Amino acid sequence: MSEAYHPILPGLILGLPLLGAALNGIGAFAWRENKTVPTIVGPLAVLGAFVVCLLNFAAMRAAAPHDPSLVPLWTWMSSGDLEIGVTLLFDQLSVLMTLIVTGVGGIIHVYSVGYMREDPGYSRYFSYLNLFIFFMLILVLGANYPVMFVGWEGVGLCSYLLIGFWYENREFSDAGKKAFIVNRIGDLGFLIAMFLMFGVFGTLDMPSIFEAAPTTLLAGGGIATAVTLFLFLGCVGKSAQIPLFVWLPDAMAGPTPVSALIHAATMVTAGVYLVARSGVLFALAPFTQAIVASVGVGTALFAASIAVQQYDIKKVLAYSTISQLGYMFVAVGVGAYTAGIFHLMTHAFFKALLFLGAGAVIHAMHHAWHETGDHGDPNDMRNYGGLRPLMPITAATMWIGTLAISGVFPFAGFFSKDEIIWEAGVRGYAVLWATALIVALLTAGYMTRLMVMTFHGANRSGESARGHLHEVPAVMWIPLAILAVLSTVGGWVQIPEVLPLPDVDLLHSWLEPVFAPAIEVASGGAVGGAHGEGLAHEAPLGGGETSWAVGGTGLALLTVIVVFWRLSRRRYLPAAESAEPSGAASLLYHKWYVDELYDRLVVRPLLAVWRGCWRIVDDRLIDGTVNGLGGVARVVGWTGSQLQTGRVSTYLLIFMIGALIILGSLAF
Amino acid sequence: MSQGYLVDLALVLSAFLFAIGVAGVLLRRNAIIVFMCVELMLNAVNLSFVAFSRMHGIDGQIVVLFVISVAAAEAAVGLALILAIFRHYESVDLELFRRLRW
Amino acid sequence: MIEFFFFLFAAMAVLSAIFMVTQVNPVASVLYLVVTFFSLSGLFVILDAHFIAAVQVMVYAGAIMVLFLFVIMLLNLGSTELSDIRQGIGRVLAGSVSVALVAVFARLFMAGGDVDGLGGPSALDPLLESSGAVAAVAEPLFTRYLVAFEITSILLVVAIVGSVVLARRREP
Repeated sequence: MSEAYHPILPGLILGLPLLGAALNGIGAFAWRENKTVPTIVGPLAVLGAFVVCLLNFAAMRAAAPHDPSLVPLWTWMSSGDLEIGVTLLFDQLSVLMTLIVTGVGGIIHVYSVGYMREDPGYSRYFSYLNLFIFFMLILVLGANYPVMFVGWEGVGLCSYLLIGFWYENREFSDAGKKAFIVNRIGDLGFLIAMFLMFGVFGTLDMPSIFEAAPTTLLAGGGIATAVTLFLFLGCVGKSAQIPLFVWLPDAMAGPTPVSALIHAATMVTAGVYLVARSGVLFALAPFTQAIVASVGVGTALFAASIAVQQYDIKKVLAYSTISQLGYMFVAVGVGAYTAGIFHLMTHAFFKALLFLGAGAVIHAMHHAWHETGDHGDPNDMRNYGGLRPLMPITAATMWIGTLAISGVFPFAGFFSKDEIIWEAGVRGYAVLWATALIVALLTAGYMTRLMVMTFHGANRSGESARGHLHEVPAVMWIPLAILAVLSTVGGWVQIPEVLPLPDVDLLHSWLEPVFAPAIEVASGGAVGGAHGEGLAHEAPLGGGETSWAVGGTGLALLTVIVVFWRLSRRRYLPAAESAEPSGAASLLYHKWYVDELYDRLVVRPLLAVWRGCWRIVDDRLIDGTVNGLGGVARVVGWTGSQLQTGRVSTYLLIFMIGALIILGSLAF
Repeated sequence: MSQGYLVDLALVLSAFLFAIGVAGVLLRRNAIIVFMCVELMLNAVNLSFVAFSRMHGIDGQIVVLFVISVAAAEAAVGLALILAIFRHYESVDLELFRRLRW
Repeated sequence: MIEFFFFLFAAMAVLSAIFMVTQVNPVASVLYLVVTFFSLSGLFVILDAHFIAAVQVMVYAGAIMVLFLFVIMLLNLGSTELSDIRQGIGRVLAGSVSVALVAVFARLFMAGGDVDGLGGPSALDPLLESSGAVAAVAEPLFTRYLVAFEITSILLVVAIVGSVVLARRREP
């Protein structure tokens, strides 16, 4: 070990995005028409933070510290036993997360310059986006749960602001509110978990809690289970898992780069980060682990099945995101934290790529229709088709993204997804393993369907519009290219040693100090359940790691080819001429009617209760009380004013009686 | 010289004079007479001060001097006010002065 | 002997005060009040307040009451026939309040009991013998109470100016 690691310029990492947000926020009022300032300030703030993060990463690599570095900034609240400081935690995990956030975030900022250029809210957009990066960095760098919660709420706020960015549209602002409210249910869980932890540990600092947990908490006991379950409730809300996933598809109302950054690459993965960060606690609660993994795999399957029948390109990607998040929860649920973070990272690359590619298509369609004056839905894939010759770069990069998410070797998704499925298998979770495999094939299927409908076959955008369709400008396709490269090589940091390839083990060794305590707890004899047993060396159906890795990628590739071959022969009709899907397809097209179900079970009863509250409690009780008090004041005032007769003799009489009362009270 | 009990009697007298002054203030409607009753009350208090001064030292008499000078000032201003009001109402009946209210 | 004078002056003071309140004619009221003030002045002498007694006659009976008379004459209120004494409820209220006041004072007086020094010899005798009636008052007035004394002079100036301003007849 070389010299000790000290965080480099930690204030700058947070300060630059915050400064950017402030400058652009002022700009949204002060120089609304000026597009130069946001163009420079917005991306530069994030890229500057990215450079600082890179420096930190390099310094940490050189030092290879085993203990996290804490950067205390100031005391936030101090009350009795409660002592909470604004403290930043720099360890291998948080530095990796800052790299992902600022790196992918920076690329998307650059892309946004092209995408949002003509929007009247350009400066406001960059203000929100910078603010989001700031809060996301607080979330990943917070050294105690309250600071993390500030980031957690902050990204939720930015998400709300950006989903409802085009607030003139009622539907869009409603989608923002939906996201905010659904997230609030999860946040309640996070808060309760914090109260419980403070009650048990007397502190909310993560390092202290993780150190004390194995001795303080009974493994598998009620408290550990309760704390982790409530934490997971927070994750379910933020990361859009069953049953709180409904907000994420609606969140696509925001600008597409926002969907790429917040609702695919970074914010929604916060839940995975929280579980991985609190690994020690989760390792102590096998029941919660099982819940996490089950919810994860259930969500993965459920969302993937819906994605198969969606026609809105962003909805497909949204359900795909939910599905991939399910994978990550499977990984952290079975205790394979590194695999979860690995998939988080690769997913950030290829999902950002896919969303930005979709954004490029939407951008092109929007402009083409703007030129011709047609009014179609630029998000509907039924209106696309045959775009590959017109937008070659977008098509090529998106194909890379598709192959990556499908798990085709040698793209990034293969390595991370293979690791998750394998880890689930060897830990003895046969059902998880099998379901995860099926979902992988479904993923390959619906992503290929998306690509076929968008870029292949006959063009359905209409004769006049076709002439106006062309490739997006360089400021938008260069980020696509960078992300395509990352989606290709991103998986190479962790190559399974069983494959006949150079043995690369960067990620596992890098994150080892962070996850060692959790793994130690999990493998400790005291813990019951599957964690205590040794790992199997075969998949549940037999067969070694090598054969399943090769077989998996083969199956994925086969699915891509078969679906491509089948669907490119099908003739789609433009959205306006298409019939409603029927039968099983209808069930999937309507997303299993979950929104309708929630509407019936939750929204309408609550609305009824609240209407009652409004009519009875508000109108009668509260208004009655307030008006009554006003009336009482009026009567008292009127009575009092009658005392003021203007006659000196009355005053004298009252004055004398008052003097008498005072003297009398002295006398008697 | 053992007329100490006279002090007691002086205090009783003072109480009676004060009560008569109060009765006059409440009973009369003529502003000038009400004013005179106030003067009577002041004098009743003066009598108490003088009586106490006999027991406790000269300071009581000093206070009486101040009360007399304040009473003089008050009489001057008060009578000027009554004069001014009379010019408006052509009367000094307190019942007529009812403008000072809501 | 001195008790006789005390009771004489006390009776005069109370009686003339009652007449002052009950006389309809303001001029008569003023004159009865002057009698009260003279009687009080006599009581002051008995209570060893010789200088106060002189001031009482000069300022109250002399200056202030003359001012009252002057105003009554000026306003031509001296020949009024109508009684301004309240009738009915006003009279009952006034009476009960003053009776209650006397009761409260009596109660306080009883509760006080034989206060220390109340029955003893005058505390002023040594002082009066050494410096005389005027110097006994003058010495503390111009030393300890000098500030209050000076402020009183300001008050009197303000009162003079104020009454002139208030009583001045406005130019039409």
